[in-house]
Amino acid sequence: MWGKELSTPTPSLKILVAERQIVRPGDCLAIIEGPAEQRLKHVPDKHIYILGNRVYSDVVGIVSIEDSSISVVPLESTYIPRKDDIVVGVISEFSASAWYVDIKSPYRAVLPASDVIEGFNPAVHSLKNYLDIGDYVLGKIALFDRLRDPVLTVKGKGLGKIVEGFVIDIKPSKVARVIGKKGSMYNLLTSMTKCEIVVGVNGYVWAKCPDDYVLDVLIKAIRLIEAKAHMRGLTEEVKSYLVSKLGVKS
Amino acid sequence: MTISSKPVLISEDKKRVDGRKPDEMRPVRIAVGVLKNANGSALVEYGDTKVLAAVYGPREALPKYMTSPTRATLRVRYHMTSFSTSERKSPAPSRREIELSKVIREALEAIVFSSLFPRTGIDVFIEVLQADGGTRTAGLTAASLALADAGIPLKDLAIGVAVGKVNGVLVLDINELEDEYGEADMPVGIAPNLGEIVLFQLNGVLTREEVKIGLDMAFKAAESIYKTAKEALYNKYIKLVEEVKSQ
Repeated sequence: MWGKELSTPTPSLKILVAERQIVRPGDCLAIIEGPAEQRLKHVPDKHIYILGNRVYSDVVGIVSIEDSSISVVPLESTYIPRKDDIVVGVISEFSASAWYVDIKSPYRAVLPASDVIEGFNPAVHSLKNYLDIGDYVLGKIALFDRLRDPVLTVKGKGLGKIVEGFVIDIKPSKVARVIGKKGSMYNLLTSMTKCEIVVGVNGYVWAKCPDDYVLDVLIKAIRLIEAKAHMRGLTEEVKSYLVSKLGVKS
Repeated sequence: MTISSKPVLISEDKKRVDGRKPDEMRPVRIAVGVLKNANGSALVEYGDTKVLAAVYGPREALPKYMTSPTRATLRVRYHMTSFSTSERKSPAPSRREIELSKVIREALEAIVFSSLFPRTGIDVFIEVLQADGGTRTAGLTAASLALADAGIPLKDLAIGVAVGKVNGVLVLDINELEDEYGEADMPVGIAPNLGEIVLFQLNGVLTREEVKIGLDMAFKAAESIYKTAKEALYNKYIKLVEEVKSQ
């Protein structure tokens, strides 16, 4: 894989762009000094592709350079499920034996009834009595291979129907920022607001706050993160915002 | 407005009907992210030609049998609004619009990394708000920008530009009048960074030599439109940063 090769320090990579620069599809990011690639190589995870001896961006995004490996963080993106992702979904439909869950993705997730109801028997159990259309669920992607729709599971600690708290809708491309590097932003938000927060990687944040004022502050803080996602010193800014609204708490 | 006789398309001092030089583009204006509900959108103006494009997706595509198990299906609709021309255009899709939807779709398929989203659909809507020649080329530019704005991985942007021949002179970016009375119209879609042609049509007659020269003109023009397009994509986010700063 090219992605792996690039992540090992390659002195032959001459980078033409600056860290955090906004780039567009087709912008040249770097030149590989060495044998040229004849065929186009796409590295979807890094949002780059290699053609000839040049590395290009494939999206509108922010350049991220780490140990002479270059990648682009997109400003807009679509959520594509991966196994073990924690997601928040909305029940959109159900059949006799499964629910269909909207997880803000092109692929609709399937939640089998046997996962929720112990000893499930379609002749006895009516799915409507357990989860109805419009209900929010916190689940985990159990299976997904792109050939079939993702399968959701609610078996696990804290997973299941969301019965309290608040769900905040954010852009999937901003999820990484709400979590922060090594969870720094997430830790800041939870420790300062004393809210219980779960970030669904599909772009939903579930929060249970001590009171409505704190919830309001939390929502505004998340909106701030969303709007300024591509700017430096965001953690500090969010911290000062929270201090100004909630008083000094640590 | 009716024109009884053929207008003078090229004056003696080599000026065109609207005063342009043969290799001069009309002023190009581009705005990105103009629609709130769409995932991506762009408004492109080539002189008096105004085209709006909106992109939705990748999203669940129905009917399911229309989807591909290996890649996202592009569904492109090129449409002229009934008020886009001086005489009312019937809003029903015409033969011409169906054809243009197809050629623009094929041009976009060449630049989209569609294999990333199997079994899904990407919807592209192109609405011509005002037509003054070169709507398919402006439409292609708008569509590729809307795709980029939607965050769909692309190899490159696709820039459309037309080259025509009027009174034996090759001219760039022909307008309605030149299209109607000229001898040839050659719309070209170019991925400037890759140096590839993604759309190529020719209406009328051109010699081999003229096609070569015409393509050179188109590539040069695409380069300059590309700059404006990139600027527009950049501006959307600069604006966003400024808005946040002012709050």
